[in-house]
Amino acid sequence: MTEPPLLEVRDLEKHYPVRSGLLRRVTGHVEAVDGVSFDVCEGETVGLVGESGCGKSTTATTLLGLEEPTGGEVRFDGETVADLAAGERDRFRRRAQIVFQDPNSAFDPRLTVGESVAEPLAIHGLADAERRREIVVDALERVGLSETDADRYPREFSGGQKQRIALARALVLDPDLLVVDEPVSALDVSVQAEILSLLDDLQAELGLAMVLVSHDLGVVRQVCDRVCVMYLGEVVERGPTEALFDDPRHPYTEALLSAIPEPDPTARDDAVELTGDVPDPSNPPTGCSFHPRCHRVIAPEAFDLERGAFRSVLDLRLAVEDGDVAAEDFDGPAAVREAFGVPDRLGDDDAERVLGAAVEAVAGGRLDEAADRLAAFESVCEHEDPVLEPADEAEGVDGNHPAACLRVGESVESASSATE
Amino acid sequence: MSDPLLNVRDLRVTFETDEGVVRAVDGVDFEVRAGETVCLVGESGSGKTVACESITGLIPDSTATIDGEVVFDGTDLTDCSASTLESHRGGRIGHVFQNPQDALDPVYTVGQQVVEAIRIHRDVSKTAAREEAVALLDRVGIGEAEVRFDDYPHQFSGGMKQRAVVAMALAPDPDLLIADEPTTALDVTIQRQVLTLLADLQEERGMAMLFVTHDLGVVAEVGDRVVVTYAGEVMESAGVPALFDDPAHPYTRALLACLPGRGDPFETIGGSMPDPTDPPDGCRFHPRCPHAVADCERGDHPAFRSPAPVTEDGPDAGPDRDGAVEPDHAVACVLYDEDHALPAALEVADD
Repeated sequence: MTEPPLLEVRDLEKHYPVRSGLLRRVTGHVEAVDGVSFDVCEGETVGLVGESGCGKSTTATTLLGLEEPTGGEVRFDGETVADLAAGERDRFRRRAQIVFQDPNSAFDPRLTVGESVAEPLAIHGLADAERRREIVVDALERVGLSETDADRYPREFSGGQKQRIALARALVLDPDLLVVDEPVSALDVSVQAEILSLLDDLQAELGLAMVLVSHDLGVVRQVCDRVCVMYLGEVVERGPTEALFDDPRHPYTEALLSAIPEPDPTARDDAVELTGDVPDPSNPPTGCSFHPRCHRVIAPEAFDLERGAFRSVLDLRLAVEDGDVAAEDFDGPAAVREAFGVPDRLGDDDAERVLGAAVEAVAGGRLDEAADRLAAFESVCEHEDPVLEPADEAEGVDGNHPAACLRVGESVESASSATE
Repeated sequence: MSDPLLNVRDLRVTFETDEGVVRAVDGVDFEVRAGETVCLVGESGSGKTVACESITGLIPDSTATIDGEVVFDGTDLTDCSASTLESHRGGRIGHVFQNPQDALDPVYTVGQQVVEAIRIHRDVSKTAAREEAVALLDRVGIGEAEVRFDDYPHQFSGGMKQRAVVAMALAPDPDLLIADEPTTALDVTIQRQVLTLLADLQEERGMAMLFVTHDLGVVAEVGDRVVVTYAGEVMESAGVPALFDDPAHPYTRALLACLPGRGDPFETIGGSMPDPTDPPDGCRFHPRCPHAVADCERGDHPAFRSPAPVTEDGPDAGPDRDGAVEPDHAVACVLYDEDHALPAALEVADD
């Protein structure tokens, strides 16, 4: 790539203060976006994916300057957005547009569609009403609507049509960058297909750079050239769409992919299921923030344990440490094992001795002793925070497909043997 | 085979509106047998939600006209006393709705709402109901159920709210659970958790489920049988393996093709749903159907046929189905009658 990217996001941070007490003192921070970096070139679509609460929408609004970043830098067409003077900032706001998730709440119900779509033109100084009308009609036709639709009200349109109108409104200023935040998640699958196909056509026609935010990897696969997978405010894996789908390197990506309902009834039971919700971002887990839910969490080197078995032992340990277990819930040691899905007998004899004693202690109500014994089962994932290689270094290396997982640092062999 | 648990026959629901009479559900037949999961599939406006809400009379008579039979375990619910209907609604038939946000009352704790669901249908003491509610919340996967019992809905995440709604629906131990797009408002990962939960609960309790969705991917995950609806009519019904092996109706094929990232890239159905006050004659899908012929535009909704090859001398007429045809695979499409050697044409067109 010879041309510099249109949009460069570097170590973007958005921390929200948490205030409490009478004086509303700042007592902590929610790290909604915590060091996100990626580039978007002209004519390219980059997807930001993750579950609710992973910071993907905050990344989108922060990079547009709708919220002030608390750290890092956004460069647009070579210039740092935060340093732009007022007039230049207006220009940036014209060149970078956003479409929001819910088309039903995106319009003023008292304005006709034509008036809504014309508003950005008036705001950016086009005073000639006739010229505005021409541009509006052109934009509506471009998204598959007609001139007569300009005089109707938003309520007269279906959800899919409203999303088309929202796109028209974003396009009237002839932007270079379009950020679309969950453009189809409020729509039926058949309508989703239409909007996605429209997005793709528009991009090809106008040479737009696009950032697409979605929790649905199916949607991302269809329209994106490259993908950033986000978890708890960080990018955990980044790569070209097909490489990421064919060979997901972060266990979180693997789980997201596996959660897509496939239209194939014979493939029912082979899914990786993520347990629990995204952790509280004001109190993220130490080490790799995904370790409490990870199905590939790394077992201690001292023991030779199967992957699933170690996950269940770790669940037991975390529950004991958090005080979530009580002896009276269990009818003997076997019940403890059953409740956490721990095998009746671990493959490794040393591990089995430690675990057996700990399970006895849990069933006997000696939780402190259990916690001490279970401390032997500590994963490296709990205290070592994996980092994603910076973009420029990874360029050309390893297919430019880095993942922030300690397993990726290991030899490829051990990672693939764990898959067996 | 014994009688189905729920038998819906020729259900018609019409609404009087300023624009004219909307025929939301127009002659729909389906049945749910004990312990099985039947999926109602279709786009917005296909009448699937209205159909399942009219089963328990959730659509008031004052706004709609409901005809047809809804026989649940021998009782016709369209023609029974208000008290019988009430004992079924939320009792033997549980409901889970699309948006858990709207299904919970924000001013009561989650626990109170589960207790209420238990005590409405059964005469149990408050303490017994509380214990049962905690056990239910625990069963649907809410950690520290005893503590979370006293939380208000806003303290729950979307997935937890939907779990709580499932707990409420299960409280009276229903024989049939009607789940109307229960996962549409959720993230894919949480959707996966809720689908697994529903499947486990169903197996545990031998409960039947009527599952409404617009996503055929979800159908493949949970369904035993599937009923595809369009503009108030049934287009195709089949066992889940048969439907995915051999989708017969052009509409079903189109729905499968347009799944984002899972079907054909950028395949769209084209056009939009017909005006509900003035649906087209013949097959209602014909204006959008890529295989429509003149016969599709005439007469009533096409009769149901087996999608099996219709003539003995046309061995290539159908997709290869190894001779085994699902006995209850039925499709309402004129292309499958004696006069049209369709499947061949349709296969070629699709390739």
